[in-house]
Amino acid sequence: MAEHSSSSPLKTYFAVFFALLVGTGLTVFAATLDLGPFNAPVALTIATIKATLVALFFMHVWHASEKLTKLVVIAALFFLFLLLGLTMSDYATRPWS
Amino acid sequence: MSDSTVVGLHPQEQHRPELLHHFADEQQQRDASSLGMWVFLATEVMFFGGLFCAYLIYRHWYFGDFAAASKSINMALGATNTAVLICSSLTVVLAVWAAQTARRTLLIVSLAATMLLGLTFLGIKGIEYKDKFDERHVPGAFFSFEKEPIPGHPGQYANPGHAQIFFALYFVMTGLHALHMIIGLGIFLWLLLAAWKGRFTPEYNTPIEIGGLYWHFVDIVWIYLFPLLYLIDRHP
Repeated sequence: MAEHSSSSPLKTYFAVFFALLVGTGLTVFAATLDLGPFNAPVALTIATIKATLVALFFMHVWHASEKLTKLVVIAALFFLFLLLGLTMSDYATRPWS
Repeated sequence: MSDSTVVGLHPQEQHRPELLHHFADEQQQRDASSLGMWVFLATEVMFFGGLFCAYLIYRHWYFGDFAAASKSINMALGATNTAVLICSSLTVVLAVWAAQTARRTLLIVSLAATMLLGLTFLGIKGIEYKDKFDERHVPGAFFSFEKEPIPGHPGQYANPGHAQIFFALYFVMTGLHALHMIIGLGIFLWLLLAAWKGRFTPEYNTPIEIGGLYWHFVDIVWIYLFPLLYLIDRHP
């Protein structure tokens, strides 16, 4: 990053910063609306967009020169989804609970 | 090491004291450090993942009770804390950029601002915890959650036992997150002292980048905790 021009990362950082603040406002606003079953998906979608912005631009995954870094990120998410996905597909499909 | 005739070193290597001898160049050295940090963060994802999984199961079972309990938490404090953490993430990337571009004043100010925002977060968290203690919403012998209406179901009241599970998860998850914030403050205090002594240069600033990765990760955990704990069912 050091060899890049000095103004370009700052512009990105501030754009991401404002996007994160807008996302927070949006989450709070969406929570006050009655969206039926869609309140949780909307909140989690906004949270995931915010988390992705932080990882890609603040944590420099987007510009990571080492491909292994990206592999570790994807592996962590894969096992997290394995944990949550398999557990919830079990609990959510039990007719007796 | 007093003169330039160290055996076994090429002349150009002696001018790069920040480069450890087992790395080919600075880029590889930086990549190795950040890869190691990402592997640690992957273990942290699994660590918090277990708690998120427990939360999802109980929320699925006791949705109404969780919604009622969630409504008792101060949403404004949680939203403020989210904004505080986002501001601190910005000051962290500014610190990394300042170190890379040899801006010492900006580096020190950014690190100090990050710590100040981290302390603000913990202070607001403390106010929130005090409210919960005053309302007797802390799980244990003195827990009380009687006659709290379930949102969207007039005339129905939350089961105090189920609400207690929500508050147990609330305290464990936010408490573990706060513990990460406290550790982060320790790391940033060390970074601030090292920056003050002028240890970081455009060639060597890996600790700032690595400490920043940790701080951003803690921010990401909060980005999920905020809607999951504070905003389950807030509409009137």
